[in-house]
Amino acid sequence: MRAFDYARATSATDATAKAAAGATIIAGGTNLLDLMKLEVMAPEQIVDINRLDMNRIEHTESGGLRIGALVTNSDLAVHPVVRRDYAVLSRALLAGASGQLRNKATTGGNLLQRTRCGYFYDTAMPCNKREPGTGCQARDGFNRILAILGTSEHCIATHPSDMAVAMRALDAEVEIESATGIARTIPLVDLHVLPGETPHIETTLDEGDLITAVILPPPPGGVHRYRKVRDRSSYAFALVSVAAVLRIESGKIASCALAFGGLAPKPWRVAKVEDALTGQEPSPEIFDKAADILLADAKGYGANDFKIPLARRTLKAVLRESVEAAQ
Amino acid sequence: MTAHLKLDKPQSDRLGDMAQGVIGRETPRREGPLKVTGRAPYAAEVGDGTEAVGVFARATIAKGKVTKIGLDAVRALPGVCAVITDERLLRNPAQGTANTAPVQGGRDVAYFGQPIALVVAETYEQARHAAHGLEIAYDAAEDAAVTPEDAEPESLESKQIDIGDLDTAMSHAAHSMDATYTTPSQNSAAMEPHASIAVWKGDELTLHGSYQMLKFNRNELADSLGVDPEKVQIKSPYVGGGFGSKLGIAPEAVGAALAAKELGRAVRVVLTRPQVFEATMRRSETRQRVRLAADADGKLTGIGHSAWVSNLVGEAFSEPVAQATHFTYGGANRSYRHLIHRVNRTCAGSMRAPGEAVGMLALENAMDELAHAAGVDPVELRLKNIPDRHPEDDKPYSSRRFADCLTEGARAFGWHKRNPTPGQTRDGEWLIGLGMASAARGNILSESHARVTLHSDGTATVETDMTDIGTGTYTILGQITAEMLGLPLDRVNVALGDTAFPPASGSGGSWGAGSSGSAVFVACQNIRAALAEKLGMEEDQLTLTEGSVIRNNTREPLSAVLDDDLTVEGHIEPGDTSEEVQQAAFGAHFAEVAVSAVTGETRVRRMLGCFAAGRILNEQTARSQCHGGMIFGIGAALTEELVHDPRDGHIVNHNLAEYHVPVNLDIPQLEVMFLEERDAHANPLQSKGIGELGISGAGAAVTNAIFNATGVRVRDYPATLDKVLPGLPDI
Repeated sequence: MRAFDYARATSATDATAKAAAGATIIAGGTNLLDLMKLEVMAPEQIVDINRLDMNRIEHTESGGLRIGALVTNSDLAVHPVVRRDYAVLSRALLAGASGQLRNKATTGGNLLQRTRCGYFYDTAMPCNKREPGTGCQARDGFNRILAILGTSEHCIATHPSDMAVAMRALDAEVEIESATGIARTIPLVDLHVLPGETPHIETTLDEGDLITAVILPPPPGGVHRYRKVRDRSSYAFALVSVAAVLRIESGKIASCALAFGGLAPKPWRVAKVEDALTGQEPSPEIFDKAADILLADAKGYGANDFKIPLARRTLKAVLRESVEAAQ
Repeated sequence: MTAHLKLDKPQSDRLGDMAQGVIGRETPRREGPLKVTGRAPYAAEVGDGTEAVGVFARATIAKGKVTKIGLDAVRALPGVCAVITDERLLRNPAQGTANTAPVQGGRDVAYFGQPIALVVAETYEQARHAAHGLEIAYDAAEDAAVTPEDAEPESLESKQIDIGDLDTAMSHAAHSMDATYTTPSQNSAAMEPHASIAVWKGDELTLHGSYQMLKFNRNELADSLGVDPEKVQIKSPYVGGGFGSKLGIAPEAVGAALAAKELGRAVRVVLTRPQVFEATMRRSETRQRVRLAADADGKLTGIGHSAWVSNLVGEAFSEPVAQATHFTYGGANRSYRHLIHRVNRTCAGSMRAPGEAVGMLALENAMDELAHAAGVDPVELRLKNIPDRHPEDDKPYSSRRFADCLTEGARAFGWHKRNPTPGQTRDGEWLIGLGMASAARGNILSESHARVTLHSDGTATVETDMTDIGTGTYTILGQITAEMLGLPLDRVNVALGDTAFPPASGSGGSWGAGSSGSAVFVACQNIRAALAEKLGMEEDQLTLTEGSVIRNNTREPLSAVLDDDLTVEGHIEPGDTSEEVQQAAFGAHFAEVAVSAVTGETRVRRMLGCFAAGRILNEQTARSQCHGGMIFGIGAALTEELVHDPRDGHIVNHNLAEYHVPVNLDIPQLEVMFLEERDAHANPLQSKGIGELGISGAGAAVTNAIFNATGVRVRDYPATLDKVLPGLPDI
């Protein structure tokens, strides 16, 4: 680990000012500290935001929920309103990591965690995300856990979060404070970017930006499901995960929101998949059609080819189960 | 006083004559509370904090020569004290019981991850940063063999065996099986990483290490350093898991000793988790072809077991895949091949039950396949094929309640409820299946010494360099002593893990309890004799219980009849009984699994192991050993795979997040049954080894259950969901 300077932020403004001057923000540290030990990340300055007042869960005026960026994954998962009205989020959180990690990991940090690609973690390996221009070893290497959608020839990393997948299905927004003191709110979909030719750029955040909260819209109702497929029962990243929020009216799918983890460099959601289902009577055929649309551009890289049929099967099972629960 | 026993003939059950019943009883590990409260210091923790700290820099090519090491830049970094590039650094750990140094010299690179230089600094972070930045230039070889297929295999002559004519037996068989199975590289992934603190006083070295076999480790360390073994002391009182990965002296011990000598101060070296994966020992990947020929009734007429394994150039060890195949089942025609690919991959060595752990996966899968093909119940097929005598050398077996393990295990598990047709039992989305497999593991006695002192105050002390790697050695040696000397257990002090004590067998090969326990037994037996003589009685008339001597219907405290300490060093040696009979422990595993018809995920729902391993010295620690073995088996069956990059052989998933050992949620209720057994040929305790029996066959019971659940036969371990998925019904 490289030696670094440490400062404790006295306010959000202080944190953004330090970050704008080059400091790396640390919250729970469950990912950053590992990366620093490996020198995958080697910040010279750390600004610790853990004592800032950002760990509350509050109702918004519009009837939604504002989740402070420092709310831990454990606290968020068991919050009574989250469990009742945003069950998909609670389930996704509890499917992630381990109890110990969830006690430390924060809402903002979870969104900004890095990929688990083995080549990204080993500094002896070329990696376009870690060292732009060095190449991607994962494409022709061990890519079992890596992406089949949204990839580029430069990077096939997945975003490992479960929480973010559920938030994506819930149309969450991210509240950001910038170094100039301006607060803005962006849809979660606009936070993460695809790798393209610049896989080292993972988000639309600017230098000095601080995520202060995640905003959930009013409860969507309906049936909530989060299904995570993984190599062991706990403490394993998703091979495929599906977050579903679905309502049935008069025997038809009145609305559905479907987001996917383990498939892409960001929480994945495709409007056309939902369009194909909405207004339709549930049937295996229509579920297959939805899967066709989801996977139309899917591309396997060898060890992760299985994710294509696995995603189809998991989606269909989640839809079937959600419909049964909703009727 | 010394006492010696060479095991040339079967032993009477002397322990069974004793009065207290301390032996065998469920007794919690005596060091357990120290460990779970953080009061048992492990090797890295015994220092006073003033040690310099070393971290290895590794090779990042598969094969070649180091041409330059950027020493100057690193020496200039804050806190750096030294960079050790000594020719005595180890390429890889010594193999178990090697007793001499392994391959040394940091300039010839044989695998990606090989330790090249040890960077020593004031703090761990400084050393790690400097090691990370150390520039190493190479002349890379063009002919690295990073996969087994890259290297023509060597054939080990002593392991190419043909008895009868298997080809003919196969062609005449009413039922036959010919299938190839593969198992991946694995790592023990012990919780405590490899760690050493080296302290020199003049020319005398004390090494606080995490090791399993100290008398060998001392010689290996001394040989590596080029010093007299008498000048080397190793201390390993607490070891946080070994599983074979700490059998032989490893790079961190030699690195710490060299650095400490150079700096004239104590040096601590702890491997990082990636280094544990890259630079200690892996279990070799295997390819195995199993052939079985049977008559119309399912009686075997032939067995063939061919194995392809790998290791580095210069390593004598090769995974003894077919070890249990030789003696488990009958069949007149038998054929074995054993081939070794010399690869540029992390060194292969012993990992829990070398041989059986992987060999029994293939053999027991093949037996299941044969049972299915022949329409014979899998338990029945095995019962039919238990030979009367060793099928290859005609030796009798010592004790062997193999058939009882199969039948009693089947009854306790409810095996009769199994539907022999695969894919028929469903619980919602989940396909349910039952599977079973046999367990077998050869039993070994290894030379061992122990010193026992019966103090005049009526307490006793046991001293031996035996280790307790989480297995319960402290506890069972206490129990043996307490039983033999008639003492309450808490009056026996057990001191282990120090080469200053008499040399023991060490922990490995499942021989630790029987061997070190027998040395203690021999010492105690002679203390009893001395006491009897002192009291003017025959030893076999002497009743010792609860700290008292009973004679003439009167009870006197031991302290009243002892005016001085009685000390005996016991010495056990294997003898003719190791040659005259086939000694092995046996068992049977039964598993129920649920396989998701949607995703192919497998969850083990329950598992039962029924074992016969001679006298059980402590039912609780023995059961824990079997639980641990079964959990290893579940990991091998479902999740554990050390992934080598196909281009340079490096281990891609070298951390505990991506090398998937089972977590609590993967492990269901495990049931362990022990059948009453005594083995007079094994040792005077009449016990057999149990540390590796539990893993033997365990994974095969799980994959056989997957077949019963789904009809999918996974022959490529581990049975991850992607391998099950193609055989599942459409949804």
